[in-house]
Amino acid sequence: MIIGAPKEVFAGEARVALTPASAADLAKLGYECAVETGAGLLAGFSDADYKAAGVKVHKTAAALFKAADIIIKVRAPEAVEVKRFEKGQMLISFIWPTQSEKLLEQLKKAGVTAMAMDMVPRISRAQKMDALSSMANIAGYRAVIEAGNNFGRFFTGQVTAAGKIPPAKVLIVGAGVAGLAAIGTATSLGAMTYAFDVRPEVAEQIESMGAEFVFLDFDEADAQDGAETGGYAAPSSPEFREKQLEKFRELAPEMDIVITTALIPGRDAPKLWLKDMVEMMKSGSVVIDLAAEKGGNCDLTVMDEKVVSGNGVTIVGYTDFPSRMATQSSTLYATNIRHMMTDLTPEKDGKPKVNMEDDVIRGATVTHEGEITFPPPPPKIKAIAAKPKAAVVEVEPIDPVAVEKAKGKKQIMILALASIALLWIGSVAPAEFFQHFMVFVLACFVGFQVIWNVAHSLHTPLMAITNAISSIVIVGALLQTGDTGFFIKLFAALSVLMTSINIFGGFAVTRRMLNMFQRS
Amino acid sequence: MDTALYIIAGVLFILSLGGLSNQESAKRSIWYGIVGMGLAVLATFMSGHVNLWITIPLIAVGAVIGLFLARKVEMTEMPQLVAAMHSLVGLVAVFIGINSHLHGIAHLEGVEIAIHQIEIFLGVFIGAITFTGSIVAYGKLSGMIGSKALTLPGRHILNAGAIVVSVLLMIAYMKSGAMFPLIIMTLIAGALGAHLVWAIGGADMPVVVSMLNSYSGWAAAATGFLLGNDVLIVVGALVGSSGAILSFIMCKAMNRSFISVILGGFGNVASTQGEIDGEQVAIDADGVAAALKDADSVVIVPGYGMAVAQAQQGVAELTRRLRAKGKNVRFAIHPVAGRLPGHMNVLLAEAKVPYDIVLEMDEINDDFPDTDVVMVIGSNDIVNPAAQEDPGSPIAGMPVLEVWKAKQVFVSKRGQGSGYSGIENPLFYKENTRMFYGDAKASLDQLLNMIS
Repeated sequence: MIIGAPKEVFAGEARVALTPASAADLAKLGYECAVETGAGLLAGFSDADYKAAGVKVHKTAAALFKAADIIIKVRAPEAVEVKRFEKGQMLISFIWPTQSEKLLEQLKKAGVTAMAMDMVPRISRAQKMDALSSMANIAGYRAVIEAGNNFGRFFTGQVTAAGKIPPAKVLIVGAGVAGLAAIGTATSLGAMTYAFDVRPEVAEQIESMGAEFVFLDFDEADAQDGAETGGYAAPSSPEFREKQLEKFRELAPEMDIVITTALIPGRDAPKLWLKDMVEMMKSGSVVIDLAAEKGGNCDLTVMDEKVVSGNGVTIVGYTDFPSRMATQSSTLYATNIRHMMTDLTPEKDGKPKVNMEDDVIRGATVTHEGEITFPPPPPKIKAIAAKPKAAVVEVEPIDPVAVEKAKGKKQIMILALASIALLWIGSVAPAEFFQHFMVFVLACFVGFQVIWNVAHSLHTPLMAITNAISSIVIVGALLQTGDTGFFIKLFAALSVLMTSINIFGGFAVTRRMLNMFQRS
Repeated sequence: MDTALYIIAGVLFILSLGGLSNQESAKRSIWYGIVGMGLAVLATFMSGHVNLWITIPLIAVGAVIGLFLARKVEMTEMPQLVAAMHSLVGLVAVFIGINSHLHGIAHLEGVEIAIHQIEIFLGVFIGAITFTGSIVAYGKLSGMIGSKALTLPGRHILNAGAIVVSVLLMIAYMKSGAMFPLIIMTLIAGALGAHLVWAIGGADMPVVVSMLNSYSGWAAAATGFLLGNDVLIVVGALVGSSGAILSFIMCKAMNRSFISVILGGFGNVASTQGEIDGEQVAIDADGVAAALKDADSVVIVPGYGMAVAQAQQGVAELTRRLRAKGKNVRFAIHPVAGRLPGHMNVLLAEAKVPYDIVLEMDEINDDFPDTDVVMVIGSNDIVNPAAQEDPGSPIAGMPVLEVWKAKQVFVSKRGQGSGYSGIENPLFYKENTRMFYGDAKASLDQLLNMIS
């Protein structure tokens, strides 16, 4: 079958879905490749390059659409292109099915099997075809470059003979793929980078990229768990938003460059960098709004334009960052497409199989066999292993009074029983025994109280010293040496010998041990 | 006069134990103990019942032997020494009990006789158990007896039978007042003590030693009742409760029920643990040295293997050198590391490792994720992740040091065998674990050559 990549018709789009390199790989899967003439020109791939890679070059888009069985594109097809489709053809491109019901309807009518690159589920297996991530990566990088272009100073701090230059301070709002890429680029240029995200679990990723996580002091319960939303952010509560804006206001006067990347799937971009924050920024500062296509995170953003605010802050609302680096983005996008084709062609026979049992393919397919197959059922595999929710421990109502009462009751019960037992012993035993018994019980209590406080590291010395002092039985042995019987004397003498070994040995060894303990 | 001295002695003993709450006051507390003992003995001499001609030379001989032993003993042999000393206390309790019997009951009447006889019987019973139990423990700790738990068929019935027979013998003794039942009971109690300890596995040895410590205390207390001497009762009760608490702490640290350890329930439990995937990856001294040089924070987890190999000096020297390079080196001590409560602390102290970098499990467990390198030296079960991950493991639920959370773990170990309790350790198969095979001491010497 033939895979064809037409020239993008969207004004200013420089990317192309097929590169000579990806064509060579697709050939290995059994496909023939074709392009419309000049399709790769803006991305740096000439027709000659394609020809050299064995790609057929068609003079017009119409001819290409006629020849090809599978059309691969970057942007969703425009009306002129949709008309060209024939029944049974396949389309792979960005489609944004949530926002383009009309297009889906048209594709359905045309009998096209359409795969949306933006609907590839975010699971590990599908990362190789995750075009959103590869484009976001470029956008993040390019955003920093664009900011640098519009910023009148160095990123890195320097002390030169001509004076000291402070480092630029960069704030990245939203640490998705684009945000993280921007963090990496900004830090490697030498800026002091700060980053914020509503999902606390990305703090670690932010720090790993070299930025400082802007910590928001907020109740954990409200913090978002990205695992539940497939790794994307979800709208936050009004209270949280207030806190967040307050933090931004605090940061605004210090920041030289602000790059906002906050997007919520299927919604307008949240307004996070308000007019008053722009006004607080120093003249010459730059705001790059990567969410401009969805209305922008900044109040003052104008889509596809660069504007300068009253106080001299440049606000960039370009939406075509990946297209501005067409060679790089085309290479990555073409590779994503190629991986998609690999998954679609398990037999490597040049014939795609739309296996609707496969999570990735099912997720990406939006029309198939004359049906709209969007939205897909939830994937069988969760995007990110969901954090096991802290086991809900059945906490009994912790009422300290009640606990103490219960304890007290138990204690009273035990004391009562013990007293009865003691009374009984008292009634039968002679007074002298009873006195000893009293001493014994009290000593046990003292022992329990005292030993609990002994440091763990001193347990061995404790054993040695208790060993030495339990040889107090020498007292008994000593008394018995004064007895008359021969055996008594003999046993007593032996006992004295053994206990004195114990006493002297025990104390000496304890002392030896304790002397070894020293501070650093 | 002598009673007053006894009271002072008792107070001093309590202060002596209480002083062990930290290292600094501990050095003072030992003198309390010594003075207390001196006063008690002095008071006894003053009673006029003591045959000085016999006792003073014997005390002198005992002192020489005791001091000699204390000086000579290696710190790694501490568990054996403690066990041996316990056996002496037990034996003395037996002797004193039998002496009291020989002395006769002429001076007593009525219910006093019964009480006296019960006291003799109890004192001898506990003493005999302590004596033989300590001897078996000594044998096991010094390696003369295999450390495996001996499980006779129907051992619980044997133990219970021994106790029942002893009670019957006591009744016979009280009826007849003859020495015969007393002697038989002594033999039975001796067998019981030996069997009890024999049935306890090597990994539970710290509990056994502290348990015997407790027994020796109760034996002293029983003797105190027998002789009507309060200072003996006080000290016995102190030591008895101290040992009991120590055993309790140890058991908690192993998530083991106290009763089942004492009855020898552990040791050779049929394990249902799952197979472990992966393989153990070895590393040589060069690799370990390089990793240590790169690391900022190092945690060393010593175990019994370090004691066996006498490697504590090498460990201490390594610590000194790493600290001199400005690295954060700390020690993580599991409550049951070694064969005696606090065994590792003593060994490290002997090697002059400052005690403020030696931390307990609870103090350091949260720090492992931020640790670059963990060196596990001769410990196994106390770093076994199966305790947390594998509910079928015999040690499931036992608190362990979570070393696998560190960036890198090196395990210094003699060979591929499993640990003391015979349980496979999945830690050795983890991706961030490297096995550093060899005798711990030789391995450390190699490392020291590379880290100067």
